[in-house]
Amino acid sequence: MPFIPHTRKDTQEMLEAIGADSIEALFDEIPAELRIDHLHGVPVALTEMEVSRLMRARAAEDGAPLCFIGAGAYEHHIPTAVWDIATRGEYYSAYTPYQAEASQGTLQTIYEYQTMITELTGLDVSNASLYDGASGLAEAALMAVRTNRRVKTGLVLLAPGVNPVYERVAAAIAGAQGLTFARLPVDATTGNVDFDKLDSGQQPVAVVMQQPTFPGTLEDVDRLTDWAHAEGALAIGMANPTSLALLKAPGHWGGQGVDIACGEGQPLGVPLSSGGPYFGYMTCKQQHVRQMPGRIVGRTTDLDGNPGFALTLQAREQHIRRSKATSNICTNQGLMVTAATIYMSLLGFEGLRRVAEHAHANTTRLVDGLLAIDGIERLYEGPYFHEVALRLDRPVAPVLAKLAESNILGGYDLSGFAGTDALLVCATETKTAADIDACIAAFARALS
Amino acid sequence: MSELPGDLLFTNEHEWLRREDDGSVSIGITEHAASALGDLVFVELPEVGQEVDEGGEMAVVESVKAASDVYAPIGGTVVAVNEELADDPEKINADPYGEGWIVRMEPGDTFDEDDLMSPDDYQAFLDELED
Repeated sequence: MPFIPHTRKDTQEMLEAIGADSIEALFDEIPAELRIDHLHGVPVALTEMEVSRLMRARAAEDGAPLCFIGAGAYEHHIPTAVWDIATRGEYYSAYTPYQAEASQGTLQTIYEYQTMITELTGLDVSNASLYDGASGLAEAALMAVRTNRRVKTGLVLLAPGVNPVYERVAAAIAGAQGLTFARLPVDATTGNVDFDKLDSGQQPVAVVMQQPTFPGTLEDVDRLTDWAHAEGALAIGMANPTSLALLKAPGHWGGQGVDIACGEGQPLGVPLSSGGPYFGYMTCKQQHVRQMPGRIVGRTTDLDGNPGFALTLQAREQHIRRSKATSNICTNQGLMVTAATIYMSLLGFEGLRRVAEHAHANTTRLVDGLLAIDGIERLYEGPYFHEVALRLDRPVAPVLAKLAESNILGGYDLSGFAGTDALLVCATETKTAADIDACIAAFARALS
Repeated sequence: MSELPGDLLFTNEHEWLRREDDGSVSIGITEHAASALGDLVFVELPEVGQEVDEGGEMAVVESVKAASDVYAPIGGTVVAVNEELADDPEKINADPYGEGWIVRMEPGDTFDEDDLMSPDDYQAFLDELED
């Protein structure tokens, strides 16, 4: 779907057709005091040459460090074919068309994406994606309130392992709509929910759990899902999609499975890119589909009996339901989803499993090496996927600064989250044994 | 359109009401509304026990074309909802004044039949719309 700008003549004809003098006149109803004529901090227009030079200079600042930071965004190998295909003219648009404009190819791509994500998460239906994992949590919480109507508290309980940034985003989006977010008690030894201290009878509308947890541990999601259901709450599961090649799908957690799964889709073929754009995935049980926000593509047959794809259940959406839509602040990330679909197609389930196993093995090599250093120990006991929290015998920031001198990003400073000198490290399949050993050696020097 | 049942009252939002023997009031949407919406595919019902203000949102009917709010023509408490609509929303198209009822309410104090239209008044109202 190419971008075709209007000519001045096009614009003039359209203005004449609606009887307006100028484009400016269309904005007359916005009071002058609400309008601004310039944006602070945004420079005046640059030429293409100036922009290219600026961007090259900014890109050079990156320095391509050896990165052992995860904490929600993960560096993975992305086959060259992924973005080669995703940036073809037929695909290359961040815009998601409405039904009347959508090509069958675009719709089929989204449909294939939905199919893969439902298989990965073990649930019935998927939407066409959301902005990112954090807004996905907000949308899932709001969806839970609409679905679980008997519960009026608006209380959403978060397991201790839910990414703290996601909580802040969710509270910013959903707080003004009467939702409150509170944390379940944590077991200091495991970093997971302390089941002995769980407080029954709070009437939560939803219980949210993350697997693997933000500090890298594995939560007893079966037990927590069952507890959520026993409390009359919906269970919301957030899982790293790569981990689902090895771990149980949210749709199978506990006796009934979670009601809604959501999370960050970035590991599926989207580069780190300094934080975005990424995409959020969201799936749910069939019975909740009418409260699910966002686009859904369905497969159907046309009048002649030919198979085809169409946007479906659109009465949930803002272009039909206006203020009553399931969400007015979501969209899908069409281009990112296209990349993810190609990534998953190229790897297949077997390929994704190998990525996950390789990342686990690399992280084990890294952690075993680091634990041999005096002054480093595990923060929490128990198994992990590809990320581990470590306790240091000294403040973390100076140690990381020391590693940065060797162009190594040694991990995410977890001190604020853990309340102690702690670090979160991750080694995906992108790291060689030499990379990992270099990181271990750099830590040994920094702590000596 | 077929003849309007004589025991119903109507609103200009195309809802109908029937006072039942037990004093409760059944509410649905009229044949005119159902046929204007087209085939219904989903009905979102309120909860039993929910208090609804006159003019407040009571239900949502969704057709292949649009989703529309159904406003409560009277204030009161929801005492029953037509659960069968969950599986078979087309009952509203097929039998709007019978099996297609949507909610039954215990009316609040403010219920005044004089505010509503008789079948003849509603028919005249419809005729006017069609002109």
